[in-house]
Amino acid sequence: MSAVPIRVVVSDAPFDLGAEAAALEAGPETGAVVTFTGRVRDVAGGLRWMEIEHYPGMTERALEGIAREATDRWPLSGVTVIHRHGRLAPGDRIMMVATASRHREAAFEAAAFLMDYLKSRAPFWKKEVTEDGAEWVAAAEKDEAALGRWDS
Amino acid sequence: MTIQVLYFAWLRERIGLGRETIETEAATVVDLVAELRAREERYAAAFADMATIRAAVDQELVPLETPLSGAREVAFFPPMTGG
Repeated sequence: MSAVPIRVVVSDAPFDLGAEAAALEAGPETGAVVTFTGRVRDVAGGLRWMEIEHYPGMTERALEGIAREATDRWPLSGVTVIHRHGRLAPGDRIMMVATASRHREAAFEAAAFLMDYLKSRAPFWKKEVTEDGAEWVAAAEKDEAALGRWDS
Repeated sequence: MTIQVLYFAWLRERIGLGRETIETEAATVVDLVAELRAREERYAAAFADMATIRAAVDQELVPLETPLSGAREVAFFPPMTGG
């Protein structure tokens, strides 16, 4: 299973969603590619920008570990996880996950699993800067609870 | 032993630095927190509510009771908000 290609990118640069999804279409046995994209949402009071801090080194390791876990659980032919850091404007893409498999069930489930884990197990911290000041985004209880459905 | 201690997000802001080298004999992560708290008010304030603190030892997320033997790098941060 370790032969499944995993692509993890942590960068301040924008990424090409279409090219990343297309790259997972290699091979005629891949019947399904699922992508999820997270974007910077505007907030009440008007978001000036979002600042994303990360832990260089640990972040890449954590994402690779989560991606590896997904390839152990589902019959995937490829996984891509891209997450940006630094200053992002409303509407900018923050991150994406993409999964490829023979059939859609594995690709959908693996993408949901990656998102649930990435939310509360990958070392990123978001800060929202509005006209009123700057505030760290609090972790949501529901994000922690969402991990429970993957216990087995 | 000598360890690198890292702080992220609001912990970094409250303590006023992102990284420091510390000489400690603390047995566990939580013992290290107790040492830091006793140092100065800004540390005590940053570590006031341990329910909001997560830790990593050598870049692995760990429970606060984890032993520090052999650790080179310990990081403290609030719950993560990726995605």
